[in-house]
Amino acid sequence: MTGKSVISVKNLVKKFGNFTANDNLCFEVYEGEIFGFLGANGAGKTTALRILSGLLEPTSGEVTVAGYDVSKDSEKIKKNIGYMCQKFSLYDDLTVSENIVLYGGIYGLDNQSLRERKNKLLKQLRFEEYETRLIVDLPLGLKQKLAFSVAIIHNPRIVFLDEPTGGVDPVTRRQFWEMIWETASKGITIFVTTHYMDEAEYCDRVSIMSEGRIVAIDTPENLKKQYNAETIEQVFVRIARPLKN
Amino acid sequence: MRRYFGFVKKEFLHIFRDFRTLIIIFGIPAAQILIFGYAVRTDIKNAGIAVLDLSRDEITKRLTGKILSSGFFRKTEDLYSYKDIDRVFKKGSTKAVIVFEEGFGRNLMREGEAGVNIIADGSEPNSATLVTNYLQAIVNSFNLELGRTGTASAALIVPEVKMLYNPNLESQFMFVPGVITLILILICALMTSVTITREKEFGTMEVLLVSPLKPIQIILGKVTPYFFLSVFNVIMILLLSWLVFGLPVKGSYVLLLAVSMLYILMALSAGILISTVSTTMQQAIFISLIGMMLPTVLLSGFIFPIENMPKIYNYLSAVMPPRYFIVIIKNIMIKGTGFGFVWKETLILLAMTVLFISLSLRKFKIRLQ
Repeated sequence: MTGKSVISVKNLVKKFGNFTANDNLCFEVYEGEIFGFLGANGAGKTTALRILSGLLEPTSGEVTVAGYDVSKDSEKIKKNIGYMCQKFSLYDDLTVSENIVLYGGIYGLDNQSLRERKNKLLKQLRFEEYETRLIVDLPLGLKQKLAFSVAIIHNPRIVFLDEPTGGVDPVTRRQFWEMIWETASKGITIFVTTHYMDEAEYCDRVSIMSEGRIVAIDTPENLKKQYNAETIEQVFVRIARPLKN
Repeated sequence: MRRYFGFVKKEFLHIFRDFRTLIIIFGIPAAQILIFGYAVRTDIKNAGIAVLDLSRDEITKRLTGKILSSGFFRKTEDLYSYKDIDRVFKKGSTKAVIVFEEGFGRNLMREGEAGVNIIADGSEPNSATLVTNYLQAIVNSFNLELGRTGTASAALIVPEVKMLYNPNLESQFMFVPGVITLILILICALMTSVTITREKEFGTMEVLLVSPLKPIQIILGKVTPYFFLSVFNVIMILLLSWLVFGLPVKGSYVLLLAVSMLYILMALSAGILISTVSTTMQQAIFISLIGMMLPTVLLSGFIFPIENMPKIYNYLSAVMPPRYFIVIIKNIMIKGTGFGFVWKETLILLAMTVLFISLSLRKFKIRLQ
């Protein structure tokens, strides 16, 4: 792998009482890559992502994001990451423009650059006509695209996407992934969880989680070769099944 | 600072875009003032009474006239026999029946004593007590009159009762401080706890926690709009009660507003505390209503005097912040006392505010659990 590591996870353990959500995770994510974090529901993806973004404290292990330790320097990490969560993260009762301004302001953009980015963003998304519409009136696909754009409005080093395409139609999903590629091409690292296996093919590297452990981690091509499969879906089924039985 | 102002602006937008929130903030205070002012009266105006005059002499006529001209009562009916009493009460509009015994005037002249019976509708204990008290007072003053004019031989000595501060026992004087206390709890504690849990429920809190916003900025951003709206509300309630009911503030406005702001801070921090222990809006609403509103109504001395409560409720009421606030604003508004008379209560309130703020800051989670 080329590039330097922006996320480094060593022996990460997260327990909720007796339940171990993340069992001894070890992996690296490199600058500018699209890292797919796959796994069945309840495999521990969201927990790991929350630890990386500073929302949860790890039980043990060493985790650094953008060069900072998550347990000690979470405030510094926050300035360097973007985050888009499973649930919809924009405010329904604010307009498109107000949401952009709000998040831009929260991330410390000054008025000048905020206005520039807002206009650029609206143009890119062909959103000009929606500028003064309330979010609640937009279709889901548009909302998700806007939420992603807002998550990277401050040019973070890493952006975390937690199942960003859940419930979105195939065409919009495709457009969404085009946005992700474009973002990655600017050098922003993408850390994305999903349970759509076809989306895994779009990633530079993927890891597959099952029952709190990472059971495979490599490029999609290598994984398919290794498991003698045609698609990541088949890989996933072959890995996930034996463990259950 | 820019972050904070952006956040405050967003909170104001939330409030002004949501019709229901606006109703709660501006509609309920106005409605409560009017409802308490007009509907929930603990004084009497035009209570219906019936008269069973078995004597029909000049004195009974004078006494009846005095009662009816007092402004507190109106006559619903003249009765002609004891049997009518039950019937007239069942009709509902009559609160009391006055019965003059046979030969009332003659007895009074000859023996200096005559019997008048006041029969009240005991199914409504509160109004029955009030009505009988008022009627007794009128009869007593009539006694005095008779004594003075020498119509009757013996002048009866009747103690004169005068209600200090609220000479007419007008209920507005009671309920305006109470309504302010209640409204502030409602807006501050309920609204802040709901708006914070709403962000939790909708998932936007996650995004805020991941952002560089500090928890203190989120908390302050949440409470700032409600602080200003609450101060505005206090002014609105005072203005309304002055314009509609003519209730003046006898003490210092500055002191009143200052103490109200302290109380608002207390309620806001209580609201944040509630939001830290609840995960859904329903929980927040439930805790605010049962934990804050109900005690404010029942235990603060707003409606039921604390002195008359059993000991255990007395202790319970001692930990209720509204109890002290009611004492303070009653003192300032109605008695017109200065800070010297309410400093103890203010200090208690201040201590509670500090306690709530430090607790909620400690409990407000930077990380999800």
